[in-house]
Amino acid sequence: MNGSNHSLAIRGTTLSVALLIVFLTAWQWGPGLLRIPPFIIPPLSAVFNEAVRMWNVSGLAFHTGITAAEVLAGFILGSLLGASIGYLIGMSPTAEFALSPYILALQIAPKVAFAPLFILWMGFTIYPKILVAILIVFFPVMVNVLTAIRTVDPDLINLARAFKAKRAQIFWRIEFPASLPPLFAGLRIGSTLAVVGVVVGELVGGNAGLGYLLSFGEGQANTAMVFVAIVMLTLVGGLAYLLVILIELRVLHYLPKRAQMGF
Amino acid sequence: MPDLIRLEYRNVTMRFTQGASRLTAVEGVSIAVRDGEVVSLIGPSGCGKSTLLNIGSGLTAPSEGEAFVDGERVEGPNEHVAFMLQKDLLLPWRTVAENVMFGVEIQGVPAAERRRRAKSLLETLKLAEFSGHYPHQLSGGMRQRVALARTLAVDPTVLLLDEPFSAVDAQTRMVLQRELAQTLQRAGKTALLITHDLLEAVTLSDRVLVMSRRPGRIIDEIPIEIPGRDDPLKRRLHPKVAGYVNRLMERLDIGHLETTGAPV
Repeated sequence: MNGSNHSLAIRGTTLSVALLIVFLTAWQWGPGLLRIPPFIIPPLSAVFNEAVRMWNVSGLAFHTGITAAEVLAGFILGSLLGASIGYLIGMSPTAEFALSPYILALQIAPKVAFAPLFILWMGFTIYPKILVAILIVFFPVMVNVLTAIRTVDPDLINLARAFKAKRAQIFWRIEFPASLPPLFAGLRIGSTLAVVGVVVGELVGGNAGLGYLLSFGEGQANTAMVFVAIVMLTLVGGLAYLLVILIELRVLHYLPKRAQMGF
Repeated sequence: MPDLIRLEYRNVTMRFTQGASRLTAVEGVSIAVRDGEVVSLIGPSGCGKSTLLNIGSGLTAPSEGEAFVDGERVEGPNEHVAFMLQKDLLLPWRTVAENVMFGVEIQGVPAAERRRRAKSLLETLKLAEFSGHYPHQLSGGMRQRVALARTLAVDPTVLLLDEPFSAVDAQTRMVLQRELAQTLQRAGKTALLITHDLLEAVTLSDRVLVMSRRPGRIIDEIPIEIPGRDDPLKRRLHPKVAGYVNRLMERLDIGHLETTGAPV
């Protein structure tokens, strides 16, 4: 079984790399062959040159750093908030009953629409961007934790109770560890959503971050710059996602390997 | 003290209210299990057997009557009783040894003593080499052995067993039954075993109690007069077994309509 898994990994990786090469080739020569002008789709080499130019002249590293810092801050704070509220509500059916309509309403409301409001409140600083990210990360994390707490096998709780477990012992020994796999599923979603929140905040107002470069490039009709910003945003999001996966692999090491793979 | 009563139900009645309808699960049940005795409780699905287990372990209070363990009235969960269900209830994030120590850990037994007990139980139940494994790496029968070890680790005087082997395959079940029987015998534990398996009831017990359909009452008591309670594999070959099983089938009305296959 291990051998077949191994060969699957080799075949899969080969195919992935092949797809990447096909994609990059198509990007480089496709637009020219199809007579698509460079201001619609600039070829790969033009985007690469633009990236080098931006790195040297436009402070690409600085803007990427700002965005990454906002994403990280928003993601961590949003996750902490979402998880804490999820645990609190999960343990109090009354609180859940009372709060559920508001939670639902806030969940339905498009969080990115709050971005202009936050900028009005806090100006062109990094804080409104972090706040949008917090808001957007909050929900998937909270909902996953809440569901996890509610679906813990009551027989497990009874088992602990039969051993005379106190409420805190039931939480720390059963409910909390049982909630970790869904929590991490929420964190995975949250890590990618944090980027969305930050970018929207930066697009709406400010003079720093990849979102700012995005709208600056748009204003200059510099399509290559827009592409560079998109690629960098994807990298930032990918790194955040990878970070979650790495922590998850450590924390949930007891799960069968199959359950940990996949996205 | 051979006649010491370890577990006793005195005139226990349990009613549940579900919306407008009231349901009597068990009615006027009195059971007394002596020290070291293994008693099986058998009856149709939904006759309230598991309700009795919950009352005995102090998880639910009866509507009427009372339960006693070691002469003390059961007011809530207590150290004298431990239960084991059809589900192994192993915690997937704990290793086998850590799962065995779960109960003693909650009860605040010192770490060294916890490890000592886990080690000796894992050795007795032939699980020593798996103590560092996680539950998902074990077979169903092994998981159930771990659950048994966890139940025994808290050193209860009374074990309440609710169809502990009904989810494992027939051959594994026979092996587990023998291990349970030997363990109970060696440790001198008292046990109330709830089962659907007539042969399991006869081969493992000193006495079999038969419950009626809902509302559950005790309708028969059959002492099993076959020697060698610690070896159910040998015991099941005894010529008297067929007679007991036959009597149980009659008492449970098996072969007539609606007695089997009802959902739990």
